[in-house]
Amino acid sequence: MRILLLLTLFMVSAPTLAATALPVKEITDGIYVHVGKHQFPDSKNHGEIANLGFIVGQKCVAVIDSGGNPEQGLALKQAVSEATNTPICYVINTHVHPDHIYGNSAFKAPGVKFVGHHKLTAAMAARGTYYLAKAAEQLEVNMSAADLIAPDIEVKDSMKLDLGGRTLTLKAHATAHTDNDLSVYDEKTHTIWLADLLFTEHVPTLDGSLKGWLAEIAQLEQQSFRYVVPGHGDVVTDWPQSLQPQKHYLTLLQTEIRAAIKKGRHLEDAVKTVGYSEKNNWALFDDYHRKNVSTAFAELEWED
Amino acid sequence: MHYSKLLPAIFITALLPIAASAADEETRWNTVLKPEFFAQQTLEESDKVITLEAPVRAEDPSLVPLKITSKIKQSQDHYIKNIRVFVDNNPYPFVGEFDFTPESGKADIAMRIRVNTNSPIRAIAQMNDGSLTMTKTFVKASGGCSAPIGTNSDDAMSRLGKMKFKMEGDVKVGEPNLVQLMISHPNVTGMQMDQVTRFVKKSHFVKQLKVSFNDKTILTAKTDIAISSDPNFRFYFVPEKAGVLTAEVTDTSCETPTDRTVCTKGNTYTESVNIQP
Ligand SMILES: [Zn+2]
Repeated sequence: MRILLLLTLFMVSAPTLAATALPVKEITDGIYVHVGKHQFPDSKNHGEIANLGFIVGQKCVAVIDSGGNPEQGLALKQAVSEATNTPICYVINTHVHPDHIYGNSAFKAPGVKFVGHHKLTAAMAARGTYYLAKAAEQLEVNMSAADLIAPDIEVKDSMKLDLGGRTLTLKAHATAHTDNDLSVYDEKTHTIWLADLLFTEHVPTLDGSLKGWLAEIAQLEQQSFRYVVPGHGDVVTDWPQSLQPQKHYLTLLQTEIRAAIKKGRHLEDAVKTVGYSEKNNWALFDDYHRKNVSTAFAELEWED
Repeated sequence: MHYSKLLPAIFITALLPIAASAADEETRWNTVLKPEFFAQQTLEESDKVITLEAPVRAEDPSLVPLKITSKIKQSQDHYIKNIRVFVDNNPYPFVGEFDFTPESGKADIAMRIRVNTNSPIRAIAQMNDGSLTMTKTFVKASGGCSAPIGTNSDDAMSRLGKMKFKMEGDVKVGEPNLVQLMISHPNVTGMQMDQVTRFVKKSHFVKQLKVSFNDKTILTAKTDIAISSDPNFRFYFVPEKAGVLTAEVTDTSCETPTDRTVCTKGNTYTESVNIQP
């Protein structure tokens, strides 16, 4: 009975509490970024690890990624209201990973549209049940299906969003980091928000296609940007220089896995031998590297 | 305020009654799976017939390598008839049943499976005399962004039904030879998050596999959604002379990830390769 009472109390009071604003930095005119910590999502950080932020126009604010849990979403929302009086019109979800979109429900309100890659809904549906169970087990965050908000606006190839005085170009990428990666380009400041298409310092995590990711990188490398926002790691101002460590890591995986396959090695052997020369170059290498090799191996073994 | 963080224990208890603590690791097995699959049967727990290898932690929960090694040579009067594999805490715990013959040479089987959460994984071997031996291990779930369902199933779908045999080394006559069979199939688990996304998708997976050499059966398997996308198996066969190794794979589609009462018949795919010792 006491538990039930406590529960009701918290449920009712939660939305009315003013959250402490998430620390954000204005990297250039109207673009605010919160740089996450390089940690494995767990019960201490509650999944609050990714870069998040927002772009302010004259009529509208677009939030880019909503947080690792609903509470972080509220803190980000508070940061928006402390930075500007302009209303939030869009919440852009760069891809399905929990650290980027678990704050969605904090922003649900009339007039707010959720925007994502055209494959995002399917990815959310495929993994939703699993991710919700993991949120309780591993992040100690309780969420329900209602917190996973599918996009109202789906981006098929590319789409422009007018924020008033500035236009964002959203691009739905081919399978790379995941099969639902969306990037956001702001013409006004030549800023591209690549989210998890780019990792700096934090080891890249592969959950889509190695070859696809290398192909997207090759295209992006040809373009020039003044500011590049990665999904994990500091904001980049020396493009394409800061892309090189990730490009090297992914290329090395490809080369060494192809060689392992040619020698008749199995997946379980490859995860123990491939790519370890990169170990000291990345944060969280031990947490993600084997998974990267495994995903890439399963893709590359079908070549020829 | 940390409203969403203060009550995790209450929520976990309420939402995940099967989340295993060390003490009740065996609960699902003893109360549900053993009665369902081995009612009234005695299982000897030992590593004398088969051993089971899996990583301690499932870094990639969509591709967990599992290797079963037999300690018995398959002969006409003494052989392992089948091996059944379970992941207790998966949504659908039955992974597969692998039936061997004396012609298999050695009843080893390696595969890649999905592991959703912390769970015992067990393999039960049945000898031709009917006796049952169980071996098990425990796999810890991974965290982070990884999931038992990969995001990239388009590649597998575009190659649907394509198969490859890979011989492991030179073929030797009269001895067990190891071969790898790769099957391109998304092995979709199915999804039901309609309350969120109005998205309902049926499962679509390989349910049967038959491998023969010169028309003699080597391996027959019944499999389910715990087998990873692009199913991959390694097993033995004994060629007495040159011949043809054939795999026949049949899939099915069921209404939900865990219900097997409403399923539609799928397609059968075959692949053959000439074996030249
Ligand atoms: Zn990601």
